[in-house]
Amino acid sequence: MAETLTKPHDEEPLIEGNQTYASLTETVAGVVQRQKEHPKSWFVAFVLGFGLVNVLLLSITYLVYMGIGIWGNNQPVAWSFDIINFVWWIGIGHAGTLISAILLLMRQEWRTSINRFAEAMTIFAVMCAGMYPLLHTGRPWVAYWLLPYPNILAMWPQPRSPLVWDVFAVSTYMTVSILFWYTGLVPDLATLRDRVKNRFARVLAGMGSLGWRGSAKHWMRYEQAYIILAGLSTPLVLSVHTIVSFDFAVSLLPGWQATIFPPYFVAGAVYAGFAMVLTFMIPMRRWYRIEHLVTMNHIDWMAKIMLTTGLIVFYGYIVEVFYAWYSANPYEQFMMWNRWKGPYAPAYWLLIVCNGVIPQLLWSKKNRRNLSLVFGISLVVSLGMWLERFIIIPVSLHRDFLPSSWGMYYPTIWDFAMFFGTIGFFVMMMFLFVRFIPMISIFEVRELWSRIRPKQPERREVGA
Amino acid sequence: MSHAIEVTQGPKVYGYIAEFEEPEQLVEAARKTAEAGYRDFDAYSPFPIHGLAEAMRFKDARVPWIIFVCGIIGAAVGYGLQYYVTVFDYPMNVGGRPNHSWVQYVPITFECGVLFAALGAVVGMFGLNGLPRPYHPVFEAKNFERASDDRFFLVIEASDGKFDPEGTRRFLEGLGPVEVNLVEAEEV
Repeated sequence: MAETLTKPHDEEPLIEGNQTYASLTETVAGVVQRQKEHPKSWFVAFVLGFGLVNVLLLSITYLVYMGIGIWGNNQPVAWSFDIINFVWWIGIGHAGTLISAILLLMRQEWRTSINRFAEAMTIFAVMCAGMYPLLHTGRPWVAYWLLPYPNILAMWPQPRSPLVWDVFAVSTYMTVSILFWYTGLVPDLATLRDRVKNRFARVLAGMGSLGWRGSAKHWMRYEQAYIILAGLSTPLVLSVHTIVSFDFAVSLLPGWQATIFPPYFVAGAVYAGFAMVLTFMIPMRRWYRIEHLVTMNHIDWMAKIMLTTGLIVFYGYIVEVFYAWYSANPYEQFMMWNRWKGPYAPAYWLLIVCNGVIPQLLWSKKNRRNLSLVFGISLVVSLGMWLERFIIIPVSLHRDFLPSSWGMYYPTIWDFAMFFGTIGFFVMMMFLFVRFIPMISIFEVRELWSRIRPKQPERREVGA
Repeated sequence: MSHAIEVTQGPKVYGYIAEFEEPEQLVEAARKTAEAGYRDFDAYSPFPIHGLAEAMRFKDARVPWIIFVCGIIGAAVGYGLQYYVTVFDYPMNVGGRPNHSWVQYVPITFECGVLFAALGAVVGMFGLNGLPRPYHPVFEAKNFERASDDRFFLVIEASDGKFDPEGTRRFLEGLGPVEVNLVEAEEV
C-alpha cells in the first residue's frame, strides 16, 4: 500500500502526454488569457449562480428588514438551517486545506493538479459559512461585538464559551486560508504578468505578483514558508472543525453531548469536502480540456479518500447507537429511538442510505473510474452530509428532556431561499475564479513535471 | 547591492545573464559559479529547483525562526487577552469555576498562535525577499519573460569583487548556455 501511495506514477503518469514546461504553462494560463474562448457551459453555470445570488440578496434584505422570525426556527428548535448550513459549508471548505496542506506534508504529489482549485473552494465555502452566524445574530451591523475590543459597554466576549472559540477559529481559518492561497498564487501571477497582452490585466497581475522574479534565493525562503504554512494549516483545520463540534459536544443535550464528535465531525468535513471537489472537478476538467493534468487517477484517489472518510463517519453513526444503549440513560435511548421512529425518521434513514450505503459502490475500481457514477455519488454525499447536520441539530432539539416543551420544526421558504442563495454564491465565485485566476498551480505542475518527465534528450528542438 | 560600475561604452552594468534550457544545467552552472569564487550571483527559474540553493552555497534559516517567534508571541497574546478579560477586567462566576480557568483558554490561545505564525510566515518571507518590488534590472534582460515559463537564468552581478566585464562573460559562455547577455543597471 505504502509503495503504491508514494510512487503512484510508476503505473500511470500524474501528467499525461508529451509535455514541455511551455505547454503546461500554456494549458493553464491559456484559460485565463483566451477570455473569448470560454465554453458555453461557463455562461450557463454563471448565470445560474448569479440568479441564485439575487435570491440570496433578496432574502438577506427581507431578513434584515423583518428580523429572523421569517425563518422557521423558534423554541424549542432555536438552531436550524442557519447552523446546519454553517457547519455544512465549513466542512466543505476543509477538503481544500486537507488537499493543500496535509497531502503536501505527506508528499502526495498528485495534489499538485487540484490544490489551487480546492483552496479556492475553501475560501468561498468559508465565506458562505460566515454569512449564517452573522445573519443569525439578527443585527449583523453590530456583528463586531463578537470580537474582543475595549468598548464603552465595558463588556467582553466570554472566552469560556465554545461559540467565542468559533469566532476565533473561523476567522483565523479564513485568514490563513487566504494567506496560503495567495502565497501559492504569487509565482503564477508573475507568469500571467509576463504573458498577457491586455495592459489592464498586465498591471493587475503585476501588482498581484509583487514583482516576483523567480530568484533562487526567493524560492528557497518561499518553500520554507510554504511548507511551514502547510504544517500550521494541518492542526488548524483539525482544530476548526473540532471547535465547531464543541458548539454541540460541550452542551448537555442528548444527541449533542458526545465525546466522539470532534473526530467524527472532522472526518465528515473531509468527506463532504471531497464530494464537492469532485462535483466541480469532473465537469471542469472536461470543459477546460485539462484531463491530462486532472487524470482518472486523481478522480480515483479522491474517491478513495471519500470512501475512507465516509466509513469513519458511518462508524460514528454506529457508535452513537452503541452509546445510547450502553449509557443506560433513558434520555439518550429516547433520542436514538426518536431518530429511528420519530417524526423525522425518513431524514435519518435517507442519511444512512446517502452516507452509509451508496458510497460503498466506491470499493470497486471500475466504479471509481466511472465519471458519471462518481459525480452522482458526490451529490448524494453532499446531501447526506447536509442531512447529518439536520439530524444532529433540529432533531435533537425538538424533543429534549421534558415532553411538555416538545415541538416541531418546519423550515420556511426563506430558509430555503438563503440556503440555495449561498449555493449560488459559491457557484458564481467558483466560476469567476476559473475564468480569471489560473485554476491549477502552474509552477507546481512544472516542478512536478521536471521530476517525473521521461528522461529523453529529444526535447532539445524547442530551443531558441 | 547594485554598485554599478562604468564600462567603456557608457551603460551602467548590473551584470551578465546566461540563459539555460534545463534545470539540471542551471544547477550545474550555479555550482561552478560558486566554485569559481563568485558571491554576488543569483539564479532565476520558473519553479523551485531542489538543490539549487545548496549549489549556490546560499543559506538562510531566518524564515522558520520568524515564524516560530511570531507563533509564540501570538499564543502569549491570546492567552494574555483571555487572562486579562476573565481575571481582571470582567470577572464572572460561572458555576463556581475559577476565574483563571486555563483549560478553556486553550482553543483561543492555539488559534492566536497559528494566526500570528501564518502572518509572520507570509510577511517575513516576502519581506526578506525584498518584495513587493515592482521593478528590477533583470526584467529588462533579453528573454527574461520566459523565467516565469520555461527558461532558467543565471546572473553574475557587477557588484561582485571578482566581476570583470570580459572574463565573467567568457566564464558564463563556458557553462554551455543558450546565450549570454548584458543586464543594464537601473538609472538612479
